[in-house]
Amino acid sequence: MAWISGVGDTEFGRLEGETPLSLMARAAADALAEAGLERNEIDGLLCGYAASLPHLMLATLFAEYFGLKPRYAHALQAGGATGAAMVMLAQRLVDAGECRNLLVVAGDNRLSGQGTDSAVTMLAQVGHQDYEVPFGPTIPAYYGLVASRYMHVHGVSEADLAEFAVLMRNHAALHPGAQFKTPISVAEVLASRPIAAPLKLLDCCPVSDGACALVVSAARGETRLRIAGAAQVHPHQHVSAAADLADFALADCAERAREDAGIGIDDVDLLAIYDSFTITLLILLEETGFAPRGKAADRLRAGIFARDGLWPLNTHGGLLSFGHSGVAGGLAHIVEAARQLAGSAGARQVRQPAVAFLHGDGGVMSSHVSLVLRRE
Amino acid sequence: MSGADALAAHFWQGCALGELRYQRCRACGAAQFHPRRFCARCGGAPDWAVAQGLGTVYAATRVTRAPTPDFARLAPYDILLVDLDEGFRMMAHGAPGLRIGERVRLDFDRRGERALPRFERLGGRS
Ligand SMILES: [Zn+2]
Repeated sequence: MAWISGVGDTEFGRLEGETPLSLMARAAADALAEAGLERNEIDGLLCGYAASLPHLMLATLFAEYFGLKPRYAHALQAGGATGAAMVMLAQRLVDAGECRNLLVVAGDNRLSGQGTDSAVTMLAQVGHQDYEVPFGPTIPAYYGLVASRYMHVHGVSEADLAEFAVLMRNHAALHPGAQFKTPISVAEVLASRPIAAPLKLLDCCPVSDGACALVVSAARGETRLRIAGAAQVHPHQHVSAAADLADFALADCAERAREDAGIGIDDVDLLAIYDSFTITLLILLEETGFAPRGKAADRLRAGIFARDGLWPLNTHGGLLSFGHSGVAGGLAHIVEAARQLAGSAGARQVRQPAVAFLHGDGGVMSSHVSLVLRRE
Repeated sequence: MSGADALAAHFWQGCALGELRYQRCRACGAAQFHPRRFCARCGGAPDWAVAQGLGTVYAATRVTRAPTPDFARLAPYDILLVDLDEGFRMMAHGAPGLRIGERVRLDFDRRGERALPRFERLGGRS
């Protein structure tokens, strides 16, 4: 069995004077301290990629910098699903007996090191170089296309999307490290400037600096927090090659993760779902079984996803308001779920959750990882 | 030039000549838009074909926040996914305000170094 024995993070936002490595080191040091482990006890290292520090061997680069000599180390790339994919791999490595204490870490300083304009240009390049990029799309444009089709088929409105931006902002307000905490209204989201129709500024996550880390161990820690289930699916890379933008067939991935954990959907107490855009969050909730098609916003309005609801959702504020620092942004969902399950979420703490369901999405609904975390 | 580059060049040369080139598999008959030396469905050998250029809007967005200064000069512009009658989907520019389900006809926008596929309204919703 594999257990999360410690988590750590930095605040998200504009963090001047940092580098991806220095941010990763801050989060890693916190995670090690929480796990009660010394550097020489870390025998495995998984890290993501950093847009501000493209390097062929980021894991060994970080290991040398931080002072680790792991027996197993490499970077991993699955876009926004990288954080969840690293946790799944860490679980498998521990279960296989390969490692006893793996550090999973990611950090980036896209905002101060690169700037929003440069990040937007760079990120657009994940589109197809020959058959998409020549038309001048952006990541919001890829998701704008997804949104147009999904909303058309399932009767979702722009106000439905806006509800999710408002909820994430409400949740971020209680997190001391969140990038955006000022409350917003549905009307303000709808009136925010157009980016890629139907998506507006407040439907889109920001560009942030920040880092997150966690330690996955063979020994059960005090928090008794087990990585109970995991599953992946990778249906396409490019939005223009996706089979159906109104049905991504992710129910099977979510169900396999829940079966792996031996739980049903009714056992879930907490949700941490990737939210690069409001539409991403709405679709993923409906795909993974937490709302019927076209009804996620109705469930939100009924209070289901609020901090005191049946399924509290992204209680740190998600990518939309806590912030999006590349791979660390996806890892932040997992760090928050771990804190909630451990009862250490402070003012954000929801009532005694035991089971969390998480889902990460990379590319344009391209790479998917579902996870179940459970307090034993 | 790599294999992929040669195939992309063939596609874009077609655009410059006013032709929308795609592939059809000799073995299974599948249409394939991103050209390859093989059919991604069955592994068979594809042949080049030329589409008529008629299709239906599958998805649509209007980009206001452009990725580069060059595109910022063009903004706002509409990007579509269009289902061509021959059985493949492609990304292209579209005339302003085209909506999902509208029938469209291909044209080429010769602005810049490339002739960029762009769809115009054919008239009537399908
Ligand atoms: Zn074939």
